[in-house]
Amino acid sequence: MYQKFALAVAGADNSCMGFIWVLLLAASTLAAAVGGRMDALTGAIASSARTAVELSLGLVGVMTLWLGLMKVAEEAGLVALLARGARPLLRRLFPEVPEGHPALGAMVMNIAANMLGLGNAATPFGIEAMRRLDELNPHRGTASDAQALFCALNTASVQLVPASILALRASAGARSPGDVIGPTLVATACAATAAVVTAKLLARLAPPRPRAGGETTGGA
Amino acid sequence: MFRHALEILSAWALPLLLAGIPIIALARGVKVYPAFLEGAKQGFETAVRVIPALVAIVVALGMLKASGAMDAFARALAPITGAVGIPASVLPMIIVRPLSGGGALGVAADVLRTEGPDSYAGRLVSVMAGSTETTFYVLAVYMGAIGVTRYRHALPAGLIADAVGFAASVLVVRAVFG
Repeated sequence: MYQKFALAVAGADNSCMGFIWVLLLAASTLAAAVGGRMDALTGAIASSARTAVELSLGLVGVMTLWLGLMKVAEEAGLVALLARGARPLLRRLFPEVPEGHPALGAMVMNIAANMLGLGNAATPFGIEAMRRLDELNPHRGTASDAQALFCALNTASVQLVPASILALRASAGARSPGDVIGPTLVATACAATAAVVTAKLLARLAPPRPRAGGETTGGA
Repeated sequence: MFRHALEILSAWALPLLLAGIPIIALARGVKVYPAFLEGAKQGFETAVRVIPALVAIVVALGMLKASGAMDAFARALAPITGAVGIPASVLPMIIVRPLSGGGALGVAADVLRTEGPDSYAGRLVSVMAGSTETTFYVLAVYMGAIGVTRYRHALPAGLIADAVGFAASVLVVRAVFG
């Protein structure tokens, strides 16, 4: 049952966000009408739009610095280095993936790239990992335990440095923009642990079952 | 002790990476400067790419405040939000984070601007945004890329990870910044 719900919600990513957005706009207008604050509301609309653009331009400096540094890290082979460190851990998390299977390498690279905040590099590795994991998946079109766990891990965003947040903090004039790095690492470690524990637990509680009408051949 | 370790980690992380990565790269024979410029070129584009989402969210939040709806909302939820240590201004983060990365950045930007980056709310919203992901987007991309339509437990596991990340953010920010 919830698979259908999951599909509906995930497929409707933008429309769900759209619903919340429209709700915010409508509620504000209604509240302003009741409270007699239409003038203030009109002023806020224009000034907020200008503020939003100023905010994003304020990101340019730190983002430029960080993306440059990350390119240097990539060329120095630091992604590969991190990947070597993550390998033993991944073998434990995914015992069903045989030793030396290409899925393992792709997952390791994806997680290493995510840790460095290289979102653009992480996504292709992640998709490759999902494709390779699908080779081991007996039920096409239904996520295997390994695929579900891998996706859950990716939604927990294990990141060593949250670059865009730091850029925002710096442009807002924080005394020490990086003072949230340590706390963020602890919180993200908790989130990742929760992802693994929940995924492992639910995998045991609800094993994949073939659909009643026979297997469809999914995959692109 | 824990607090002190985190403070040191926070203070050292950026300068250490900024000095350490180029040193390692140089030792490994990377042409450091051209590589830096190559990557840095994307900085402007990345910042500009978030403009549409930032405008959408910051305008909506600006309207919510100017209309008085935010105050009413905060008053109504004050008993609950106060009890769990999440200020009303940070609540939109919890709703928006799993749905939209740009939107979450917009919420964070708004709180940082209005309450200050060194306030409790400002730090909490930063840690929350940094420790969680756009769960629905990640699932749509990875599952969609290989044609998996039944996600099984991936969605609940991802959402529980987000919830745990938010709860941990509150606890850690309270413990470290008191």
